[in-house]
Amino acid sequence: MSQSNPTQTSLQIGPLLRDHGGVVALIVILAFNILFTPNFLQLQTLFVNISQVATIAIVAMGMTLVIATGGIDLSVGAVMALAGALAPLIFQSQFGVDYPALGIAAALVVPLLVAGACGMFNGVMVAVLNVQPIIATLILFISGRGIAQVLTNGNLQTFSNKSFSYLGTGKVLGLPFQGWLALAIAVILFLVISRTIFGRYVLAIGGNERAARLAGGPVTKVKIGVYMICAGLAGLAGLIVVAINSASDAARNGNLMELDAIAAAVVGGALLQGGRAPIFGAILGAVIIQLVKYTLLANGVEDEVALIAKAGIILAAVYVQQTRKE
Amino acid sequence: MTTLLEMNAIRKAFNGVAALSGASIAIERGEVHALIGQNGAGKSTMIKVLTGVYHRDGGTILFNGAESVLTTPREAQATGIATIYQELNLVPLRSVTENVMLGYEPKRLGTFINWREAHRRTREILMRFGIDIDVKMPLGSYSTAIQQLVAIARAVSLDAKLVIMDEPTSSLDASEVKVLFGVVRGLRDAGVSVLYVSHFLDELFEICDRVTTMRDGQTVGCVKLAETTKLELIAGMLGRDPDEIAQAGMTEFGGGAAKQGEVLLTAQDIATGPRLSKFDMTLHRGEIVGLGGLLGAGRTEAARALFGVDALTRGKITLKGAGAPNSPAEAIRAGLGFLTEDRKAEGIIPGMSVRENLTLALLPKLTRNGQIDRARERQLVQKYIDALGIKTADMEQPIRELSGGNQQKVLLARWLANEPDILILDEPTRGVDVGAKREIQMIIRDYVDRGFGVVLISSEFEELVEGADRIVVLNEGRSIGELKNPGITEHKLVQALAHTDEVTA
Amino acid sequence: MLNSDAFDLRKYVSRNSQSVAVWIALFALIAFGLLRYDNFGGAYNVSSFLNYNSMFIVISMGMCFVIITGGIDLSVGSVAAFTSVVAAYLSPYGLEVALPLAVLVGVAFGALNAFCIIVLRIPPFIATLATMLGAKGGALVISGASTIAVDWGSNFTRMGMEKVFNLFPWSIVIVAIVGVFLWIILETTSLGRTILAIGGGEDASTLMGLKVNRAKALVYLISGGCAGLAGVILASGFGAGQPLEGIAWELSAIASVVVGGTLLTGGLGSIPATVAGALLLGLVFNILNFENGRGTISFSAYWQMVIRGGFLFAVILFQSRMTKGRKAKGATA
Repeated sequence: MSQSNPTQTSLQIGPLLRDHGGVVALIVILAFNILFTPNFLQLQTLFVNISQVATIAIVAMGMTLVIATGGIDLSVGAVMALAGALAPLIFQSQFGVDYPALGIAAALVVPLLVAGACGMFNGVMVAVLNVQPIIATLILFISGRGIAQVLTNGNLQTFSNKSFSYLGTGKVLGLPFQGWLALAIAVILFLVISRTIFGRYVLAIGGNERAARLAGGPVTKVKIGVYMICAGLAGLAGLIVVAINSASDAARNGNLMELDAIAAAVVGGALLQGGRAPIFGAILGAVIIQLVKYTLLANGVEDEVALIAKAGIILAAVYVQQTRKE
Repeated sequence: MTTLLEMNAIRKAFNGVAALSGASIAIERGEVHALIGQNGAGKSTMIKVLTGVYHRDGGTILFNGAESVLTTPREAQATGIATIYQELNLVPLRSVTENVMLGYEPKRLGTFINWREAHRRTREILMRFGIDIDVKMPLGSYSTAIQQLVAIARAVSLDAKLVIMDEPTSSLDASEVKVLFGVVRGLRDAGVSVLYVSHFLDELFEICDRVTTMRDGQTVGCVKLAETTKLELIAGMLGRDPDEIAQAGMTEFGGGAAKQGEVLLTAQDIATGPRLSKFDMTLHRGEIVGLGGLLGAGRTEAARALFGVDALTRGKITLKGAGAPNSPAEAIRAGLGFLTEDRKAEGIIPGMSVRENLTLALLPKLTRNGQIDRARERQLVQKYIDALGIKTADMEQPIRELSGGNQQKVLLARWLANEPDILILDEPTRGVDVGAKREIQMIIRDYVDRGFGVVLISSEFEELVEGADRIVVLNEGRSIGELKNPGITEHKLVQALAHTDEVTA
Repeated sequence: MLNSDAFDLRKYVSRNSQSVAVWIALFALIAFGLLRYDNFGGAYNVSSFLNYNSMFIVISMGMCFVIITGGIDLSVGSVAAFTSVVAAYLSPYGLEVALPLAVLVGVAFGALNAFCIIVLRIPPFIATLATMLGAKGGALVISGASTIAVDWGSNFTRMGMEKVFNLFPWSIVIVAIVGVFLWIILETTSLGRTILAIGGGEDASTLMGLKVNRAKALVYLISGGCAGLAGVILASGFGAGQPLEGIAWELSAIASVVVGGTLLTGGLGSIPATVAGALLLGLVFNILNFENGRGTISFSAYWQMVIRGGFLFAVILFQSRMTKGRKAKGATA
């Protein structure tokens, strides 16, 4: 009898938080900012946030796919650094200077191919050698950034290249190009997940891998594919970051991005044990992560404290998710 | 004799679904008490409530004259209840000694484990079971039977008043069963009570004093074994009239009526490992071939070999004149289907809808340019929901919310929709209620009548004997004979199995 | 019956093939170094090698406990960075104050991990990843994002600078004592056996009546405490609290543990083999440094990261082949 009271109150708040926690959090953050953050309701603020959130969202969508198979990819930040380091090396090379158009094309394509290869490495480790995803991706988490630093000798590469910078500074219909890019990727991935056989297998593998294999699912191929997509998207995000800054810093590009991406995916409703791939949820999660960062920054909170706040968000999101499972 | 344990009107629900609704049992001191019931009747839940793994929603438990409020397995052990669970609760990577002694190691200075003493004691305990092994080796390096006996040895060594054995003989051979029965009798003579859960009814008559029958989360009766018959026990578990069963037969199969068509599949002298060492069979269109044998005889392993899950180490499989598949995906393309035994671990994808589960194996055929033809998918799913009478709110309901029988029908539909020439069914009616069971049996017979071939594995001999047109008899990973319907009786099947025991022993 | 008590070398080797392989590799590498480089066995190289690697040895031992239970602790590097700052601040009060308090701070981070994992039931890698972030942020906050010099007047720096027999720095001596202590716990106490059992089967351990949650909590406390000690060594060895250090330490620790034959899935593991693994990993870099000095090869500091990852990769390949072999063996047995 004495139990009925607390359960009743939690019945009202609990499910609301569990099922629409992301939206509730977004509303709270927005309300806080409108009330307390100076100059929040301005177009400039919107631009800044969109251009920042796009990279998180792009990586988080890839992460969502990996998590949907029951995996995790810690190497996304390192892959960003690697792809970001390669691009200026290519279009600033003799070849890139001699043939600007080809140079730019190669600076976009080659880093993405290398990123895809990193994904293939992760995928093979996980799907063929059966190494746990955390450990498998930990290898590139460290080495990937190391390779990027070896390639650039640890130097900051600055450049001014209008066509390449369009990736990070261009505008379409008045809004940042990478925002549209993220949206387009989201639509494509959403259709892939909901309409294609590949998407169905991704969810089936996360839901019950053995059953998926026994029902004829190409489990190994799909898993490798998912890690390749995730790494490819991370590579793209790395290029965008470099384009925004007109500089590539292998030590900082994508640093701690794996945390942002995991947090965004989880806040967006991905289950760590797999079986769900809420693509637009990942975008919502990315927006929340970005807004929290922005809110802290705009209100004069130090970067270091923001790290702690991020840790709190991840824990809270996973905790809420765990309770939903039961 | 006095009563040791009394469980009264126990209730327990999971997520609002009742697993126990008024179950009671009373066990005397020094009694071997059997607990029987079909899969899902609530036996395991009952045990877990008693041992504190689950917390009961209602009812009372009196143990050793006191109200029992156990909340952890450790407390249960401390009060004198030792349990050997069906799924072995041991740690294969650790040594035999550790598995017997864990948590109760002999110590020096109150802190440091005295390994010499621990090994000695373990050896001594195991010797009582007639096992002489190197106790320092990892438990996992020994056979399942030894592991099972080690689990029992651990339980017995804890000075228990009540020992619970959940399917203790399922992986033991005849001589090991004898050893176990000796141990059980020894316990009884020492005044220890044993709660004995088993599917093998014949065993009960040999070793148990009384039996409590469970059905649908309730206990439906408790009798002395000396005053009952096997038929009555079966009737009690099924909730049907004994006379009716005796007359009508247990199943809806009617094996032996089939006309054999062309040869679909032959397996010649195939092996995949120690659990399947020599297997031969042939399957024609329009027939059901049963695989008969006890647990561990290699039936599931044979099915996995045919379906390309386990690689062959020897022998040859011919499929409609072509070679053997190397993976499930290839097997499906070659016209095979495999309904697995373990519905939860290898069958359903719990979070996915009925629709998505049903079409999982069919996806390649529903796909054009990587895109799933969703209109056709829905149409097909609806067809099978109607045809098989699957009870679901709609096709988008998550499969985990369905009852066991309906889940099984969805999985069956997953394969029927593919129209495989050869359908391998591993325990197709396990854990489903009696009604659904009969329906599934009818579906299988219909399918065969349409000219397809079925390989049937079932632990229920009635189902095999009455359902199969032929039965390939397996023992210890080898096919050792074949029986033909009409004319197979349960007695003959048991004889075929028993005969081999004599030969190999 | 007595037969099984007799020591059978062949059986021992086959049962511990990977640890045996690590020891052989370690001694082979030492022999190689002694023969090839003049100063390899010199007091300077030995003591600086031991001082530097004592940090990795101690966090590897903590990590070993965590991995044996089937968990993982990604926070060790950040926690060490945090406690190095704490130790630097406390250094004026002397080693006898700074050391225990800094270790206690490490244990507190371990308690946070344990709370998230056991009470909130958050998966270990997420919980420790969050702690890694939190500790990193915390270290930067309390240090003002700069290194904190230790008090050279107190006895604090003696830990890294003074040596026993002019060879063994105090840091390695303390780590060795901790190591022996942890080894005894793992091999000869119920707690140790419970930890091993949990990794072999958590549900089975619960049903066996073992105190699973208590043991699981303890491994994270131990790992946190080990990271705390590593932080003290860091501060005393470099004369400053280093809030930015500790990056990729978790990787080194995991690699050492895995090299030592501990299964990543838990249930098997040994402290001496883990120490051998940590020494082996350190020795590889030591020898590469010597080669660099001789000019036979030349590589920048950034290669360290690449090599570290490559090393882990090689070990994982080795282990996945090993376990496959073991499975095949078990199947035919």
